[in-house]
Amino acid sequence: MTETPVGIGRPGRRDMLRAAASLAAVGAATTLAAPAVHAQAPVTLRYLGTAVNQSAEIAAKVKQDLGIVIEYIPVTTDDVIRRAVTQPNTFDLLDMEYFSAKRVAPSGNLQGIEARRIKLFDKITPVFTRGVTAGGKVLGEQGTAPKKVQFLTGRNSKEFATSPTEWMSLIPTTYNADTLGIRPDLIGRPIDSWAELLNPQFRGKASILNIPSIGIMDAAMVMEATGAYQYPDKGNMTRAEIDRTMAMLTEAKKAGQFRAFWSDFNESVNLMASGETVIQSMWSPAVTKVRSQGVQCIYQPLKEGYRAWATGFGMPRTLEGRKLDGAYEFINWFLSGWAGAFLNRQGYYSAVLETAQANMEPYEWAYWMEGKPAAQDIKAPDGSLLEKAGTVRDGGSYEERMGRVACWNAVMDENAYLIRKWNEFIAA
Amino acid sequence: MDGVGRMSGMIVKDAPPARRSRGAAYWQVAPFALLFLVFFIVPLVLTVAVSFWRFDDYVLTPDLNLDAYREVFEGCIDKLPSLCVTFATYLSTLRFALMAWATTLVLGFGIAYFLAFHVRSVPMQMALFLLCTVPFWTSNIIRMVAWVPLLGRNGLVNQALQAVGATKAPLDWLLYSEFSVVLAFVHLYTLFMMVPIFNSMARIDRSLIEAARDAGASGWQTLWNVVIPLCKPGIVIGSIFVLTIVMGDFVTVGIMGGQQIASIGKVIQVQMSYLQFPIAAANAVVLLGIVLLMIWALTRLVDIRREL
Repeated sequence: MTETPVGIGRPGRRDMLRAAASLAAVGAATTLAAPAVHAQAPVTLRYLGTAVNQSAEIAAKVKQDLGIVIEYIPVTTDDVIRRAVTQPNTFDLLDMEYFSAKRVAPSGNLQGIEARRIKLFDKITPVFTRGVTAGGKVLGEQGTAPKKVQFLTGRNSKEFATSPTEWMSLIPTTYNADTLGIRPDLIGRPIDSWAELLNPQFRGKASILNIPSIGIMDAAMVMEATGAYQYPDKGNMTRAEIDRTMAMLTEAKKAGQFRAFWSDFNESVNLMASGETVIQSMWSPAVTKVRSQGVQCIYQPLKEGYRAWATGFGMPRTLEGRKLDGAYEFINWFLSGWAGAFLNRQGYYSAVLETAQANMEPYEWAYWMEGKPAAQDIKAPDGSLLEKAGTVRDGGSYEERMGRVACWNAVMDENAYLIRKWNEFIAA
Repeated sequence: MDGVGRMSGMIVKDAPPARRSRGAAYWQVAPFALLFLVFFIVPLVLTVAVSFWRFDDYVLTPDLNLDAYREVFEGCIDKLPSLCVTFATYLSTLRFALMAWATTLVLGFGIAYFLAFHVRSVPMQMALFLLCTVPFWTSNIIRMVAWVPLLGRNGLVNQALQAVGATKAPLDWLLYSEFSVVLAFVHLYTLFMMVPIFNSMARIDRSLIEAARDAGASGWQTLWNVVIPLCKPGIVIGSIFVLTIVMGDFVTVGIMGGQQIASIGKVIQVQMSYLQFPIAAANAVVLLGIVLLMIWALTRLVDIRREL
């Protein structure tokens, strides 16, 4: 996963384009007969999102296929929200987590995306629109399940619709089911429950995410696994529930359970690969990366289920004209298969499965999506070896993994209170 | 620096120079003053202003209320004697600042002393000086990442210790601990302490030291009664550098402490990323106040302006 922003090396030319575009806009506005030359300039889309989703390959391919220039603005998950809320004019396309939509939409900075302009709208997996897998398994709804925030009540609406409308808040790009990563070589026994994260056996060798809203949900999975408490909604706790959950985490922290908290993809890889931790919450591609270093690491399916997440494209309210058309064109291209295959090969899931399948080799599809043993070596998009022939994906097929989603990454109503408690926890 | 200090002193104290040259002086300071105004004074004023604003999820409303400060200090009085988060965090940050300060002071002073009094040739001094800047030749993040293979559970230090039989099991406290945080601070900031002290030492008239020796002072007496008093400005400036950097740090504490150690900078960062701007601003104002107090106390010890 290369994270190199594309197009950064040529600010001069980009500025020229921007200047030309704004000149053109001025020309159009004042009805001066502007020369037709500007129509030739390719559309540039400023793409705000986290670095993980911003592949140079995708930008290069879309440039080749559509002539659209993607200018990546890589920031952290939290900064995506901050920018979307405070500076909606500084980007043209937003790639953010579904739970972020709950915080950005009320600011009025998102415009509804017209479903009928999305060619493959009908093919988007029902995980997003109805909360079930294609195979009919019903997904857990705790937290910010995508279907709760998938539709807006109108183009300029700040409210989510409870049933499908023609205005979408986000167009899904990737999603996955998260669980714990473990080092089987250092643990030496089967792990099958979230409760193991706080098992004193792993004192000083465990880790969780230092993102309050996600960290607390992992803790909630542990809490339920130990049988101490069942949450009505892990993704939207009451103050008392937050207190209770944080108390459990604080106790574990004071007992020295955690080696470190991580907040960045590479940190999680380093912790695991170096053996600093043997059990921690993790992302799927991070596990793959540890394994590619020749270190044993399993993305362990657990009996209580997965914590899922999803990201999607949003459009800022201010987007219009050629850029708006360009954004629709880009999104339609994104769903048309090449990008989906590219994402599936990294262990994510893509929004339109049929087109992605058409762009993958049958053995790749069988390994990544059907949970079958790899018929031949599995390669990463850059050609490096990920898994040897014969390996089976951790957790199995798409249906098995997504079908066992227990909750979704979320933003709670008591978010401010959670942040305060999290700061207390870090200081404890 | 010396010359500049005296010059500006002169302008203030002596009879006002001709009107024309004063006008020229204003023009000369204008570019920097403007830069200072736009990129320091304005943001600072904004920060202070925002700390009094009202805030609901998406809208900042100009106002004059103390909610943000109330939130920062919530439970600080009624929870006593147990510490509230803010006090505990400040205490922890302050403790790191003091540990880092004491260590960098001893090391920085020692290295500066060696460079100033034991290395005779200027090229050699320069070469060794450059050597001290080696930690800054790579980016902050790379430096931080590099600590893991060195201090980690399976790192070089632990392997070496076990190989020579000094320890049986790996030492966990080498990394992601208070020790590693202070170590990183010392590694990074000793230079900031050393440079001003070296600068002071280089300007000590060598005949003073000879005189002390002639008068029968021992090495330690010379150090204590001649060198250290003359180095005070350097020590104070170095201390200001180290204390202010460490007080505001959140990257080093975060990475070296495994994100498990609180620092006031980290608290502010978390609040910012969750869009709680007024509270973050209030915290920043409190931090600024405390750091200013520390600097004020330090400058009370030594009148830097006069000494320079």
